[in-house]
Amino acid sequence: MASVCFYFQVHQPQRLRHYTIFDQSAFYLDEHKNAEICRKVANKCYLPTNRLMLELIRKYKGKFKIAYSITGVLLEQLEKFAPEVMTTFKQLADTGCVEYLCETYYHSLSFLYSKDEFIEQVKAHRQTIQRLFGQTPRIFRNTELIYNNGLPPVIDQIGGFDAILAEGADHILGYRNANFVYRPPTSTKLKLLLKNYRLSDDIAFRFSNRDWSQWPLTADKFAAWINSVNGCGNVVNLFMDYETFGEHQWEDTGIFNFLRHLPKAILRHPDNNFKTPSEVIRFYPPVDTVDVPYTISWADIERDLSAWKGNSMQENALAELYRLEGKVKETENPDIIDIWRKLQTSDHFYYMCTKWFADGDVHKYFNPYDSPYDAYINFMNVLDNLDHSCSEAILKKPTRIYELVAERQSRTSNDNVANTLCFSERT
Amino acid sequence: MKTFMLGWEFPPYISGGLGTACYGLTKAMDKLGIKVTFVLPKGTGNPVGSVKTIGVNDSLTAAQFEEFTNISFRVVSSNLRPYASVSSRVHANYDVGKALLELAGAGMKLGPDNYTGDILAAVNKYAEKALIIAGADDFDVVHAHDWMTYPAGKAVSCQSQKPLVVHVHSTEFDRSGEHVNQAVYDIERMGMHAASKIIAVSNLTKETIVKHYGVPPSKVEVVYNAVEHNGDGVCHIPAEKKDKIVLFLGRITMQKGPEYFLAAAKKVLQVIDNVKFVMAGSGDMMHRIIEMAAQMGIGNKVLFTGFLSGEDVNRAYKMADLYVMPSVSEPFGISSLEAMNRNVPVLMSKQSGIAEIVTHALKVDFWDIDEMANKMIAVLKRPQLKDNLSKNGFHESNKFNWGDSAAKVKNIYEEVIEQAKSKEKN
Repeated sequence: MASVCFYFQVHQPQRLRHYTIFDQSAFYLDEHKNAEICRKVANKCYLPTNRLMLELIRKYKGKFKIAYSITGVLLEQLEKFAPEVMTTFKQLADTGCVEYLCETYYHSLSFLYSKDEFIEQVKAHRQTIQRLFGQTPRIFRNTELIYNNGLPPVIDQIGGFDAILAEGADHILGYRNANFVYRPPTSTKLKLLLKNYRLSDDIAFRFSNRDWSQWPLTADKFAAWINSVNGCGNVVNLFMDYETFGEHQWEDTGIFNFLRHLPKAILRHPDNNFKTPSEVIRFYPPVDTVDVPYTISWADIERDLSAWKGNSMQENALAELYRLEGKVKETENPDIIDIWRKLQTSDHFYYMCTKWFADGDVHKYFNPYDSPYDAYINFMNVLDNLDHSCSEAILKKPTRIYELVAERQSRTSNDNVANTLCFSERT
Repeated sequence: MKTFMLGWEFPPYISGGLGTACYGLTKAMDKLGIKVTFVLPKGTGNPVGSVKTIGVNDSLTAAQFEEFTNISFRVVSSNLRPYASVSSRVHANYDVGKALLELAGAGMKLGPDNYTGDILAAVNKYAEKALIIAGADDFDVVHAHDWMTYPAGKAVSCQSQKPLVVHVHSTEFDRSGEHVNQAVYDIERMGMHAASKIIAVSNLTKETIVKHYGVPPSKVEVVYNAVEHNGDGVCHIPAEKKDKIVLFLGRITMQKGPEYFLAAAKKVLQVIDNVKFVMAGSGDMMHRIIEMAAQMGIGNKVLFTGFLSGEDVNRAYKMADLYVMPSVSEPFGISSLEAMNRNVPVLMSKQSGIAEIVTHALKVDFWDIDEMANKMIAVLKRPQLKDNLSKNGFHESNKFNWGDSAAKVKNIYEEVIEQAKSKEKN
């Protein structure tokens, strides 16, 4: 039996505006560009694909199922700039055939830098999904499928999760393949769903490539590849960016027609079906343990962290950003904390990648910068300003605290003197 | 294959990128086995105004060029001075232009020699001498570098019935902006129309040629300049120095945008104090720029070295934390490539040919002072930015190879020679 498990990543970052060292304003986001891109992608991808998904779910009466992970930073933008997309996502949630997954609200790399921050962002995202779609996610996927043995214990600590998604990279699987449910060595409860990157990338990257020997890809051909998994696997995990439909692969490549015909072609084989990630782990027991001592991801051919941490500018920007954590949180200013978190979105670091820059490539997708150097300069200018804002906010705070202390003192005259001293030192 | 090449400067006597380009290209053509007769003007040795003389001296000996096996250098005596001083010194004299056009058109008769001491007279004289040299020589194609050699190029081409290739390293629009010298423009136009093919050093220059000189795009080929590879390792360790150094290296003329450099420097100094701005070069705006720096109150932070050559140039690059090329209009910008090849981070104006092909450099519109200062500060403040730019820039500069440029020029020669032959048959 072969189950097809579709999961789509839905994300757009909140891009920064051009910000020089001479800027003083606390507005860092490029609202205009973000709105423009959000509406553009909504019209080319999110709306038509959501409508098609609804149509397919209704047509196949519960036999066609999918899963989404929508980042918090995109949900905010959709509510503001493309509310009709939100409506269709809610309709999809109501069909009962769509599972919403959980990730970091800000699509951040916080797992690699700050456990506390990571946990807060995961919880924030879970709450948002609950509020918007009326379901509590039980499957976790980390930003860009970043994963190592250290992740399951943290997810266990948060609690309420059954499985984690990860890249089915050859070097972690060895002779095994990605078409089974696995377990991490570091958790007894959690299961692992691994991406079948060949079949996923056939749709996401190769679909319109005329140099590819399998071009053109038809639903029947793809279904035949799925059928061939029968006997050597239980599930085919097709994980990809949602923007594959209409944005990475334009409508004129035939991607929507492919999707429209795919359920029928796959269901034609009596042993095939569609399952959501939660159904997959309920249905198939884990067959083995997969050890991932080194961090993997689904990015580029390297499947590692080099897209975000591949050069010293990226390392520096990330280190400086997370170095601010204590200071940011000390301000207790929700605006400052929110913008600091938006700066954590992985795309900001992806734009600084020099790996393939000279050749020009996928890193260009809605990249607001002319070069990785410009991305770094702009980000660091914003971060500098945020640092100053934090200092100012903290300086302003003690006066308020002072008042509180005075209040308390008037109530209990024999209050701790040291405590008062501690506050006055800060003023 | 043999080419009759007409140039006006060649190392060690150079004042800018043209000499460097001619040297690099000729050396690479030599390696490809192309025979070259290179005709050069003889310099006077007298600096005129702030422009140094660049012609080849009498003292030039075969020994100096022994690295070239297929190339013979012929030196003619004419007072050729290239670049910016031209338009300020020559009044647009239509008769001069006309006389030159007639000269070139007739291919034999030279115009009246009334303009001794004048750049156009020198151009005239150069053409005359070149014709004599060409008469005793045998070659397949004529190759002329920039406007001063175009009359000679056209004349030699007519006399020998060999195809002409003109190589545009800069145009009057780059050098003079809106104040185009009509006589120079006419000569450029004449040269471009007489040529079978035009070589432009960038797409930017190609666009200028197509837009302003009435040349069909199909006639213009882009051949990028390259860099003489420096060979020394990936990273140099700068000697301990107190101040950061931002380097401007080029002629201090309108075309190179020195006033934008100063304006940005002023802004940088509002943020960072321990930085010096070095302006290496000379030019007709030098005095104005020195005064400007003083007026802006940053005179103590801006150092003027005058014209640098040879080892001094290398030293300037070695000291620099950042090289800035703020040109208003730069057909190519070979100095940026040199800086990259010496591990120096580069900030270049978007109004340059090199900006269209180089990726590992910072780019800015020359008029955008805020952004220029913003980027200067970033490089000075952030070691990671400097490291990545210099490391990646060095690797990228190594991709620019004179051998590739020479091979493209060779293809162009073959094409025009073939064209000329088939025309003959018809």
